[in-house]
Amino acid sequence: MGFVYPQYEFRPSADSAAAQPVRHAVVVIGAGPVGLATAIDLAQSGRRVVLLDDDTSVSHGSRGLCYAKRTLEIFDRLGCAAPIVAKGVTWQVGKVFHGPKQIYAFDLLPEGGHRFPAFVNLQQYWLEKFLVDRALSLPNLDLRFASRVSALEPHADHVGLDVETPAGKYRIEAEWVVACDGARSPARKMLGLDFKGRVFEDRFLIADVRMQAEFPTERWFWFEPPFHEGESTLLHKQPDDLWRIDFQLGANADPQTEKEPARVIPRVQAMLGPDVAFELEWVSVYTFQCRRLERLRHGRVLFAGDAAHQVSPFGARGANSGVQDADNLVWKLCAVLDGHAPAALLDSYDAERGAAADENIGHSTRATDFITPKNAAARLFRDAVLELAPHHAFARRLVNSGRLSQATHYSASPLSTPDIDVFKGGPAPGSPALDAPLKDGWLLDLLKGGFTLLAFGETAPELPDLPIAIAAISEADDPQRLAHQRYDAAPGTVYLFRPDQYVCCRLKRFDATAIRSAYARACGKEM
Amino acid sequence: MAKLRDESGFADADAFYAKLVEAHRDLDDAASAKLNAKLVLLLANHIGDIDVVDEALAAAGRPVR
Repeated sequence: MGFVYPQYEFRPSADSAAAQPVRHAVVVIGAGPVGLATAIDLAQSGRRVVLLDDDTSVSHGSRGLCYAKRTLEIFDRLGCAAPIVAKGVTWQVGKVFHGPKQIYAFDLLPEGGHRFPAFVNLQQYWLEKFLVDRALSLPNLDLRFASRVSALEPHADHVGLDVETPAGKYRIEAEWVVACDGARSPARKMLGLDFKGRVFEDRFLIADVRMQAEFPTERWFWFEPPFHEGESTLLHKQPDDLWRIDFQLGANADPQTEKEPARVIPRVQAMLGPDVAFELEWVSVYTFQCRRLERLRHGRVLFAGDAAHQVSPFGARGANSGVQDADNLVWKLCAVLDGHAPAALLDSYDAERGAAADENIGHSTRATDFITPKNAAARLFRDAVLELAPHHAFARRLVNSGRLSQATHYSASPLSTPDIDVFKGGPAPGSPALDAPLKDGWLLDLLKGGFTLLAFGETAPELPDLPIAIAAISEADDPQRLAHQRYDAAPGTVYLFRPDQYVCCRLKRFDATAIRSAYARACGKEM
Repeated sequence: MAKLRDESGFADADAFYAKLVEAHRDLDDAASAKLNAKLVLLLANHIGDIDVVDEALAAAGRPVR
C-alpha cells in the first residue's frame, strides 16, 4: 500500500489572543525528524513544549532513508520504534561492485543478541508520520502546524518569537529555543550566523522507482557500473515496493534536464534491464555541502540536525546525527530547567555534538572524495584501490562508498569520569550503552528512566537522595551471559548512565562517594 | 624521531632497481601510473606505520635543489 499524505489542521493557539506574549519553557522550531524527537523527549520527560512547523503535512518525497541501530534505540526510548521497525526494511549487508563485478561485501551487525537491526530503511514521510502520531498522543506537546517563525529576538532571560499563521501573527516567548528548521534554517539566518564548510560540485540524481524486483534487501553500491558509464550508482530498498536509485551525474549535469522523465527512464532501464517494468515515484537532482555552525549553542538558542550541520548522504549521517543531537540535548535542557544543573551544562551539548558533527563531516567528506575524485591523481589511487580490492583485504578496507552511521563516542567529554578500575572491554565513559538480551527483555529497557545506575550482582546498592534510578542484573537475569561479557562485568560491577544511555562512570566495586561525584560532574557542576 | 630507513635496505640494491624499471618497460604512461599507484598502496600498507608514511611523503615531496 502506498503512502497517503496526512493533512494536519491549523488550530489557532490561545497564545494568539493573549494580552501579553505568553512565556514558554521550551519552543522547538521545525517538525522534521529532529524537532519531533526533541519535542517528544521533552514532553515524555514531563515538560510542556511548543513545537512550531510551517507546513501542514510531512516530508514531501522520501528524502532521508536509512535509520541506524542507535537511532532506533533512541526512537524506542521515545516510544515509537515499533511502527518504524515494522514498516521499515531491515538490512545489514552492503555490497560494493566495480564494473560488473562484486569486489566486497560487509555486514554491519555480524553478532546476534541485539534488539534492533543495523539499519532500517524507511521513507522520511513514513518516519515523520509515526513521530507525529507519537507527538499528538502526548498532552504536554503543543504541536502547531502552519506556524512559521518570522522573527527571533534573543534577550538575556528569554527569546522572543513572532509566529505567522493563516489567522495572523502573534508573539510568544521562550526560555529556550531549539532550532531544528533544516539545512536552510531560517533561525540561523535570523541570528546572522555563518554556516561554513566545503561545497561539492558533483550532481546526483535520486530516482525512487516502484517495481516488483528480485534484488535482496542489501545496500548495493557500484563504482563505474556497465549501465552508468564512468560514474557511481547506489541502490536501496524501501517499503511499498519502492527502490531508491542514486546516480552520480558529474559536475556539468544540468539539474533541470536531468529531472525530465525522458532522461531518467532510460538511465533506470539501462540499470534494470529492458524487461523490468517500473514507475517513477519521485525524482530529485541534488548537490551537497559539508558544513556546520561554529557553535551549536547561541545563548538561549540551540541548533540541532541539518540546521546545525550538513553532510553528504553517503553514510546516512544526516537524520541519524540529528536525532542523536536531540537525544544529547533534551536531558540537559531538562536538568537546567529543573535546577539540577547550571546552564553551562548546555555548553557540553556543543562540545559533544560539535565533536560528533566534525566526525560525521570527516567521514562524509572522505567518502565523497573517494566516490568523486577531485583530480587525476586521486582518481588513479581510487581506481588502484578498486582493482586491488578483490584480491587484497587491506584494499577492501580502503574502499569508501560511505562509512555508515554509528553512534559517536564522546571520548573527550567534560561530563565523563575517567576509569580508575581496569576494564578489559565494555563501553568506556563517554560511550553509548550496548544492548544485550536478558531473561526478561532487553538491557536498554532498564535505561529509560533518567540517570540510572546499572549494578551487576545479586544485591543492588542504594543511593539515597540522588535522582538516580537503580537497575540490577544478576547472573540469573543474564542466561546467555552477553550482558556480563559486553560490559566486562563481574558481581559488584556498576555503570552509571546518563539519561541518553551514555556511560558517565563505571567501577568494579560500588562506591557511593565516587558515584555522587560522577553524577555531579555529568550535571556540568565541574564545567 | 626519524623512523624512515635511510641506509640501503636491500642486499642487492641494483637488482631491486632493475626489477622496478623492468616492470614498467612495456607500459604506456597510464598503465605505468596505475602500477605505481598500486605499488604505493601495497607497500604502504605493508609498512603500516603512519609516521613512516608521513616521513616518506615529506621526503618524496621535498623540492629538488
